Formats: sequence, structure tokens, C-alpha cells
Amino acid sequence: MQRDWIAPPSAGLGLRLEGLRKDFGRRPVLEGLDLDVAPGQFVAIVGRSGCGKSTLLRLLAGLESASGGTLHVGGAPAAARRDDVRIMFQEARLLPWRTVLNNVKLGLDTPEADARARDALAHVGLGDRANDWPCVLSGGQRQRVALARALVHRPRLLLLDEPLGALDALTRIEMHRLVESVWRELRFTAVLVTHDVAEAVALADRILLVEHGRITLDEPVGLDRPRERGSAAFAELEGRVLSRVLGEVGRSCDPSPAPALAGW
Amino acid sequence: MRHWRITPWIVPLLILLAWEASSRTGWLSSRILPEPLAVATSFWGLLVSGSLLHDVAISTGRALGGLAIGGGLGLVLGLLTGTFRSAETLLDTTLQMIRNVPALALIPLVILWFGIDESAKLFLVAIGVFFPIYLNTYHGIRAVDAGLVEMARSYGLQGWPLYREVILPGALASILVGLRFSLGLMWVLLIVAETISAQSGIGYMTMNAREFLQTDVVLVGVLLYALLGKLADLVARGLERRFLRWNPAYLGATA
Repeated sequence: MQRDWIAPPSAGLGLRLEGLRKDFGRRPVLEGLDLDVAPGQFVAIVGRSGCGKSTLLRLLAGLESASGGTLHVGGAPAAARRDDVRIMFQEARLLPWRTVLNNVKLGLDTPEADARARDALAHVGLGDRANDWPCVLSGGQRQRVALARALVHRPRLLLLDEPLGALDALTRIEMHRLVESVWRELRFTAVLVTHDVAEAVALADRILLVEHGRITLDEPVGLDRPRERGSAAFAELEGRVLSRVLGEVGRSCDPSPAPALAGW
Repeated sequence: MRHWRITPWIVPLLILLAWEASSRTGWLSSRILPEPLAVATSFWGLLVSGSLLHDVAISTGRALGGLAIGGGLGLVLGLLTGTFRSAETLLDTTLQMIRNVPALALIPLVILWFGIDESAKLFLVAIGVFFPIYLNTYHGIRAVDAGLVEMARSYGLQGWPLYREVILPGALASILVGLRFSLGLMWVLLIVAETISAQSGIGYMTMNAREFLQTDVVLVGVLLYALLGKLADLVARGLERRFLRWNPAYLGATA
């Protein structure tokens, strides 16, 4: 197969976030977040819903602007790197009026767009569905198309906003394998937001827990790839992270007034 | 599959038979309703003499002219108010007020403004078809999935490409619904306009026939409107099938 669309090795972009803040109105969502991510690393962000993990991803994607702090992608402000960053959403968000192939070609303005899109589709195992309408695909296939659409732009930072959350368990494990294999092949930096700790352990080099707008756990994952879901080390790590996430039970996630704001 | 194609025509056929039978038995006076055969004969006569085609051509021209003016304006204004918040603030209240005035209530004014010539008919049709297209275009644009727009923006689309690839196709289903409503209204308004005053067209033909108690010709006119209405509907459906091929509702319809 032609692989000319593949980015050169070590193409991933590093991330540096310093004192990153985001408020919605008066409600702080991210409260001074510091984070360094090495190029090519696969980072998973877990946390309860409403704790700001999706907001962090949307800031990285440039879909929201920060209220304070700095956000550098590959040494440049995030806004300057938008062409190198692609995001996969929770829903596939395919344009229903474009065929699968034309969805993958969206925003691709090169003469070889067609060949690249077909190549990307073949890569996610949907080479034979190029001329179908999105409405006839299953949920898993739609997310594969969305993945191909992101990959065809040769992203150096791929953001995944719970893209597998709505899929059934088997399709999900298949997608984990696919995401892992393209990541290992293309070496982009990946940031995955998920509520599924097993998914984070299966895919990531490093698991971050976001609580109350801050990173409260930074856990490296030392397991060899491909990872055995049934292994003792896998289960042990999953259990540890999960209990850490659940340790928050009883404490509300909502603007649990940070000490600095207690004077209001 | 043949019997499926015939099924919709069973009821009209039965009605026609009952009608013919009651005319033959003298139960229906020809002053009230002529027998179907007489209608068919006069249809044929009018067709052969060429006056029928002339009148249909005139009426169709008026209908399409009004549709082009009113529908075109509705589309443009709907796109404007749907896309730009400022245009909506400026125009929508006014348009909503005018919308609540029935087009037919304007007939006295229209006659005073335009007299009884062609522009009066065009105006009535145009104002009637304007609102269905305007409203559906506006709502279609507003209802475009914000998630798709966000996705397209994150893929670098903005300005006209974003509009062409995402917003317009997203609004198209709604715009075509508006067009279908308009095509129905178009004939209704034209009938009224031609009945009030005309020197040609289907409405003129039927009003003229009424003067001479030619109920068969009146019926030919009525049937022509029914046929033309059905034809307009077919065109609208064809457009939907062509432009909404991707929609699951139409997938079975195309090979």
C-alpha cells in the first residue's frame, strides 16, 4: 500500500501548559493548570464529568480560548498550530450529504487529495465503503471514517474527545487496537479524554486525573504494548486509578469553591 | 409490483364511474355536472383548437414568474436573516407582521395599485409564495447542526466554503419543504387572480365558460388546475430525491 501520506517519524508535537485558566462566566473550570507532554506521547485524561477535561481538550483544539495562562503546542502558541492539530469528537460528525470519501477529503486542498483520502480509508479498514453515504454505516464505522478524516491531514497532535464512548464493548476494543496501531505507526502526540479507566490504561503512556480544574494525579503506565487486558498488572493499575477517581465520591465536582475564592 | 402502481388510482376511477352512471341515468343534471365523457370531449376540442395550450402556457408563465420573484426574494432574505443576527434583528419582526396578512386580503389594494393587468397577478403569486420559502430557509439555516459547523471550522473551513459545504446543504431539506408549500400556494393564488380579471389563461377560460353555462369547459379548467398542481408536486419531489439522496428517507428511492 502507498504510505506517502504518513507523516515522518517523530512528528509529534510537545505540549506545554502553564497556569492555564478557563472561566465560563464567573464559574472557573480550569484553575491554573500546568502540564508538559513530550512529543509523541499518548496521554489519557480521566475525571468525572464536569471536571473540565473536555474543556482542556477544546482549548488544545482552539475551539475555545483560554481565560489566562499560556498554551504552547510544539513551542508555538496553539493558535499558530491549528493545521497540525486534529480532533475526534464524541460523535463522528460526518457530513451526511457527502459520501464517505468526500467526508475524508473535507478541508483537504491538494491535487492528490483523492488518493490520500482513499489511502486513509484503507488504513482504517473501510477502503470498500468510499462511495457510501454515512447514514448506512454503523456507529463504529462512522468513527473509523472520522479517524481517517483526522489522519489524512497528517496531524502532529491528535485530540480524542471520548470518541469511543458511544460504541459497544467489542467495537470499542477493536477501535482501541486501531487507534494504538496508527499512533505507533505515525508517532503523533495523542491526548485522549475518557471516563473509561480501562480504556486509558489500555492506550496511554500516562494517565492524568483532572479534578476541580487541576491535575491531581499523574500516573505513568509502564505496561508493554500490546497490552493484555486480563493481566494482573493491567488490573492492578486500573484498580488503583479507578479508586483514585472514585475517591472523590461524596465531594461535589461543581465549583467546590477553591480556597482562593472563599472570600466571595 | 404492478398492482402497487395502480392502487392510488382505484378511488378516482370508481368516483369517475359513479359520476358517469349518475349522469347517464339523469340523476345528475348537466347544468350541475356534465358527464365525464362530455368533459373529455370538450377537453379534446380545446386541445385541438390550440386555445387550451395557449391558456395553459399563459397561466404557467404567470405562476412561474411569480414563483421566481417571490421565491427568489424569500430565499435571499431567508439566507440573510438566517445567517446574520443583525439582518434578523432588522428585518424579521417586519416580515413576521406582514406574514400574518393573508395575501388575498390585499386584492383590493392590488387592483388599485396595479389595475388588472399582468403585474397584479405576478404580485399576488409572488407575495403568497414568498413566506413559505422565507420561513423555511430561515429556520433551515438556524437549525443546521452546530456540531457539524464546529467540526468544519476545526478542519479549516470558513467563510464561503463553510457556507457551501455545511450550512447550505444542512438547510436544503427545509428549503425544499418551503418550495413544496409554495408550489401548492402558487396555483391557488393564480386561480384567484385569474378569476378576478384576465384576458387569457385558465382562469379566464373558466370564467368565460361560466358566462355561457358551459359547465364542461369549467370542469376542464378545474381538472387542469388539479393536473398542474400534481405536476408541481412531482417536480418538488424529484428535486428532493435529487438533492437529498444522502437522506435515509430517500435512499430507497434511488437506484
